[in-house]
Amino acid sequence: MRRFFAVLCLTASAGLLLCAAATSHLDRVPQKDHTRINPLAAHPESVAAGSLVYRDHCAQCHRADAMGDGHKKPPLRSEHIRSATDGDLEWFLRQGDLAHGMPSWSSLPEAQRWQLIAYLRSIQ
Amino acid sequence: MFRSFLPFLRPVPRFLPLILLCFVRLPVAQAQEKPYFVTYSHDLEEPGNLEIETKTALAQPGQSHRYGAIASELEYGATAWWTTELYLDGQATAQDSTLFTGFRLENRFRPLMREHLINPVLYIEYESISGADKTLLEVVGHDGQSDLAEPNGEARREHQHEAELKLILSSNLKAWNISENFISEKNLGHEPWEFGYALGAARPLRTLGSGKPCVFCLEKFTAGAEAYGGLGDTDSLTLRDTSHYIAPIIGWQLPVGRLSFSTGFGLTSSSLDRVYRIGWASELPQVGSWFHSRSGGGQ
Repeated sequence: MRRFFAVLCLTASAGLLLCAAATSHLDRVPQKDHTRINPLAAHPESVAAGSLVYRDHCAQCHRADAMGDGHKKPPLRSEHIRSATDGDLEWFLRQGDLAHGMPSWSSLPEAQRWQLIAYLRSIQ
Repeated sequence: MFRSFLPFLRPVPRFLPLILLCFVRLPVAQAQEKPYFVTYSHDLEEPGNLEIETKTALAQPGQSHRYGAIASELEYGATAWWTTELYLDGQATAQDSTLFTGFRLENRFRPLMREHLINPVLYIEYESISGADKTLLEVVGHDGQSDLAEPNGEARREHQHEAELKLILSSNLKAWNISENFISEKNLGHEPWEFGYALGAARPLRTLGSGKPCVFCLEKFTAGAEAYGGLGDTDSLTLRDTSHYIAPIIGWQLPVGRLSFSTGFGLTSSSLDRVYRIGWASELPQVGSWFHSRSGGGQ
């Protein structure tokens, strides 16, 4: 009987974990963040400034060509990024995904996060 | 007064080109950390990155000789929520001696996986240092300048095995980082718990990236201040005979690392008059993957 309960608990835990994993991190973006628009999108220097932010902070994991490492660090030229709103991306940069290895970039000034998003849009 | 510490910096130019060459030849990343010397924010090391940092303290206790103490730090991002560090400490005192004063192992954990208004970090450290340690990486209990004035020969005989716990609370508000650290330290040999604090606030001088590579542009500089001091111990939970400092700080992000400066001003009679600090940090990206690549497991 004890073994039965152990198997049941393990199965339930695995199921919960699978459900959690199946939910995209961006699905959890609050509505007020989801609808935000990049205030620096039209700024002429945003893409150039964003590329420097990318080079300094992101290229070490996601590679200079933003194609990721083919393993844990995902490509940033992807449908996932294209379909996300500016607000989704800013929220994700600010929050990170600590459990899956993505640091929070909340200490990067917000203006530079928006510049980075402008750069990411430019390379899609 | 700073000029009197110049002899301690004399050996640095001899080795500086070699040190810089090492980092020029290696890929480097730019860290998120603030230029605090005592205070911790909730910025952890990026996973897989190794930061090599030195923190130098230059001071002169009253009625004693001036000294220079250095803490060399290796900080590794084990995961996005766990950073582990090794410190090696040493010091040189004028008209006395130069000695290695011990090591520290520390770990910082972020218990909450989301960013909040106030972000807690749990800090646990083991220290095996001698009484001659003068790096002033924290001030606790009734630490004062008299502890730093003892001759090295006497001070090194006291060996301290200590555990230190910190609760780090940190917020990023607009471009500001505001951090509060609550420190408790226990000598594992039947000594009372000692308490201390560190507070810091810092912000970049310009938040908008300039769009072209530059070394002297304002977004490369971060300025702020930190305050730190002792809060007594369990035998004497009072501010009497405690040391307190306030220290403006400035950090400069260079292509090969981060340079930081601070001058701490003592606020009580137990405090040192001034503590000059110089820091250098350079971050090697994705160190773990170097070994994976060599063993054929890399991409």
